[in-house]
Amino acid sequence: MSSHILPKRVYYTIFAILLFCTYLTVQIAFLDLGALNTVAALGIATFKATIVVLFFMHVKYSTRLTWAVVLGSVFWLGILLALTMTDYLTRVWRHYG
Amino acid sequence: MASPTVFMPPRHYLNDGYGIKSWLLTRDHKRIALLYLASVTFFFFLGGAMAVLIRLELATPVGDLVTDETYNKLFTMHGVMMVFFFLIPAIPSVLGNFLVPIMIGAKDLAFPKLNLASWYIYVIGATFTTYSLVTGGLDTGWTFYTPFSTVASSSNVISAALGIFITGFSSILTGLNFIVTIHRMRAPGMTWFRMPLFMWSIYATSLIMVLGTPVVAITIVLVAAERLFHFGFFDPRVGGDPVLFQHLFWFYSHPAVYIMILPAMGVISELVAAFCRKQVFGYKFVAFASVAIAVLGFLVWGHHMFVAGISVYAALVFSILSFLVAVPSAVKVFNWTATMYKGSVSWQTPMLYAIGFIGLFTIGGLTGLFLAAVGLDVHVTDTYFIVAHFHYIMVGGTIMGYLGGLHYWWPKISGRLYNEFLAKISAAIIFVGFNLTFFPQFILGYLGMPRRYHAYPPEFQVLNVLSSAGASILGVGYLLPMIYLMWSLRYGRIAGSNPWGAVGLEWTTTSPPPTENFAETPIVTWEAYDYQAPVEHHVA
Amino acid sequence: MSHDAAAHHEAHHPALAHHFDSLAQQSEATTLGMWVFLVTEVLFFGGLFATYMIYRSWYPDAFAAASHELDVTLGTINTVVLITSSLTMALAVHAAQLGQRKLLMTFLILTMILGGVFLGIKSVEYYHKFAEHHVPGPDFQFEKEYIRHAQLFFSLYFVMTGLHALHMIIGIGIMLVMLWWSWNGTITEEYSSPIEISGLYWHFVDIVWIFLFPLLYLIGRHAH
Repeated sequence: MSSHILPKRVYYTIFAILLFCTYLTVQIAFLDLGALNTVAALGIATFKATIVVLFFMHVKYSTRLTWAVVLGSVFWLGILLALTMTDYLTRVWRHYG
Repeated sequence: MASPTVFMPPRHYLNDGYGIKSWLLTRDHKRIALLYLASVTFFFFLGGAMAVLIRLELATPVGDLVTDETYNKLFTMHGVMMVFFFLIPAIPSVLGNFLVPIMIGAKDLAFPKLNLASWYIYVIGATFTTYSLVTGGLDTGWTFYTPFSTVASSSNVISAALGIFITGFSSILTGLNFIVTIHRMRAPGMTWFRMPLFMWSIYATSLIMVLGTPVVAITIVLVAAERLFHFGFFDPRVGGDPVLFQHLFWFYSHPAVYIMILPAMGVISELVAAFCRKQVFGYKFVAFASVAIAVLGFLVWGHHMFVAGISVYAALVFSILSFLVAVPSAVKVFNWTATMYKGSVSWQTPMLYAIGFIGLFTIGGLTGLFLAAVGLDVHVTDTYFIVAHFHYIMVGGTIMGYLGGLHYWWPKISGRLYNEFLAKISAAIIFVGFNLTFFPQFILGYLGMPRRYHAYPPEFQVLNVLSSAGASILGVGYLLPMIYLMWSLRYGRIAGSNPWGAVGLEWTTTSPPPTENFAETPIVTWEAYDYQAPVEHHVA
Repeated sequence: MSHDAAAHHEAHHPALAHHFDSLAQQSEATTLGMWVFLVTEVLFFGGLFATYMIYRSWYPDAFAAASHELDVTLGTINTVVLITSSLTMALAVHAAQLGQRKLLMTFLILTMILGGVFLGIKSVEYYHKFAEHHVPGPDFQFEKEYIRHAQLFFSLYFVMTGLHALHMIIGIGIMLVMLWWSWNGTITEEYSSPIEISGLYWHFVDIVWIFLFPLLYLIGRHAH
C-alpha cells in the first residue's frame, strides 16, 4: 500500500465526482420519486463511499487481505441488518403506538 | 521424555528486570499474560463469592438469607463478573497472550504497547463495574433487558454498563492484536496449516471479538443515553421497541459464548495431541470448524428471544441456523475422540481435564440442541434447564479447558512442575463437584423451577440442596490449584524446556522462555503435531 | 555493497520496532491493524444504523417531518467541507510518500481547519435544536401529530451525529500528533505509514457522514 503512489489528478477527479454526487443527492431529494427517493439516496451514498474507499483509501491497489477485511465488515453489517429484519418484516402485529 | 539436561536458564523473562515498574510498564506479552492471570483470577473468585451466596440462599425454599432485591443483585453481579471479567478474557488474554507469539515463532505480538494498554483498559473497566457493586449493586441481570434497565431499575446501571463498555475495548484490541500478529508475523516456514490448532481457535475467537463487541458497545451507549437523557430508543411510550435491545444485545452476546468456548477447544486440541502423542485427526477439519463456529455463531442470536416477542418466522430461521452451528462443534468432538483412538495415551492432569471437557461439553452442547428446537425451548426457557445448559459449557467446558491449559503450560510459564498427585485429586474433586452442582439443575429446570428466583416450591428442595452441596465441593476444588500452583513457583521441580515431550515451537525454547522468546528466529520445516519424527528433531 | 548498506540502515532505522524484521513488515502490520480497527467502527456505527432503519420503517411520516427541521443548507455545506477535508488528507498522504515535508504540514493543517469548520457548523445546528426545543426529554416540542415519534428521530440524530462529532474530534487530535511528527522529522519518505493510517481513519469518518447526511437531512424533502 505504501509502495503505490497515486497521481494527484486522480484525487482531484474523485473530489469533483464526490461534489457532483452531493449536488445530485440534494437535488433528487426535492423530487417526488416515491420509494425510489430512498433507493437513490442510499445508492448515491454507497457510490460515494465506494470511491472514497477505492481511491482515497487506496483499496483498489491494496492486498487481497485488505479487500477481504473491507468486504467482510460490510457483509457483517449486512448480517446484523438482514437477520434483524427477518423479525421486523414478518411481525403480524403493528409496531408499538 | 524430558530434554536430556533439565535446567533453569539463568536469564529469562521473569528475571529480566525487577521491580513494580518493570511489570506495570512491561511490553513483554508474557508478563502481560501474567498480569491478566492475576486480574482474571481475582474476578473469578469475586464472581465465585456471589455464587456461594446464591447457592447458600437456594439451599432452602424460602427467601430467607437475602431480600429479593439483594438476590437480584447477587445473580447479576455473578453473571457480569464471570462473563465479562473472567470467561471472555481468561484463555485469550492469559494463554493466548503468552503463547501466540511463541507458537508462531515471533518475538512479540504486533502491537506490544497496545497489548499493555488492553490490560489497563480491562482493569479500569472492571474497577468501574466493581465500584457499582460496592455502591449498591446492579439488579438487571447480566443481560440488562429493557425497559427495566432503562426505566425502572434504580440500581447502578450506568456505572456498571460503563465498566463493561470500557472492558469491551480491551477485548477488541486484544483480538485486533492477535489477528494482525497471526497474519503478519509468522516465522519462516510457519504456514497457516502448520500452525497449532490453538492458533486457529485464537484467530477465530479474535474475529468474533472484533466483529461482535462493537455492537454491544453501541447498545450500552443507547441504554445509557436512554437512562441519562431520556432518549427513548427502547421505550414504547415514544414508539420504541424493547425487543430491539435484545436483538442488538444478543448479536454480540451469542457470539460471545463462542469467544468463551473456542479458545478452550483450541486448548483441548493441544492437550489431546500431546497426551496421545499423535497428530490431531483431521487437522484441516478442526481448523475450518473453528472458523465455521465463529461465522455461524453470528447467525443464531434470535434463539435467545424465542419467547420475547419476535415473529414466529424469525424464530424458525434462527432455530434452523442454531441446529447448523452445532455441526462444527460436533466435528471437533469426533476428531478429538478419533485422535485418542490408537494413540499412546498418558493420563496426566491436563489430559484428565481434556476428557472432562469432551464429556461435559458434549452434554452441554447436546442440551443446546434441545434448546434450538423452538417447541422445547418454549417450555424450558427461563428455567434452571438453561442455567444448567450454559454452566455445562462455561464451567464444564471453558473452565476445564482453561485449567487443563494452565497445567499443561505451567512448566513453560514458570519453569517449574506442579505436584501431579495434588493436581489429579483437584481435577477429580472439580469433576465430581461440578456434576453434583449442575446436573440436578437440568432436572429442576425440566420440572419447572424458574431461574433468577430465590424462593421456590418446597418439592424442589432436595435437588437444590444437592446442587448447593456440589457447589461447596466445587469451590474447594478450585481453591486447590491456586495453592499448589503458587507453591510450585518456589518449591516445584525444575521443568526443563520440554517436560511433556510434546511437539510445538513453545517446547523448543527454554522454560521459562527468554524475553525475546527464541535465541534465534526459528525456521519451521515440520508439520503441526509431527509426532512421527523423533522429538529431538524439533528441539532447537 | 549498497544493498548491504541499505539493509543495515533499515535494521537500525529509528522507527523500526525491535519485534519486526523490516519497515515493510511493520508498515503492513500497522496498516492491517488500522483496517481491523475500522471494521470495529463499522459495526459500532452499524448498531445505530440498524436502529435507525427499524424506526424509520415504522414511522416514515414522523421521521420526514422531523427531518425537515434540520437545516439542509448547513448539512450540505458540512458535507462539502468533509469531502474537501478528505481531499486535503489524501494530498497530505501523497506529500508524505514523496517526502515533501512542508506540503505535508500544509495539507494536515488544512484538514484540521476543515474539520474544525465542520464541528463549528455542527455546534450552530445543535444550538438551533436546543433553541427550537427539539432535544428529546421533558422540554421537547413538536407538532402534535408526530410528537412521540419525532422524539425518536431526534434521539437518533443526536446520538449518531454526536458520536460522529466525537470521532471527528479524535481525528483532529490524531492530526495534531501527525503534524508534530511531520515537523520534528519522524515522518520521512521511508516512514510515511503513520500519515497513511491516519488518513484511513479520517476517510472512514468522512464515509460515516456520507451516509448520515442523506439519512438524517434528506427524508421526504419533496413534500415541502
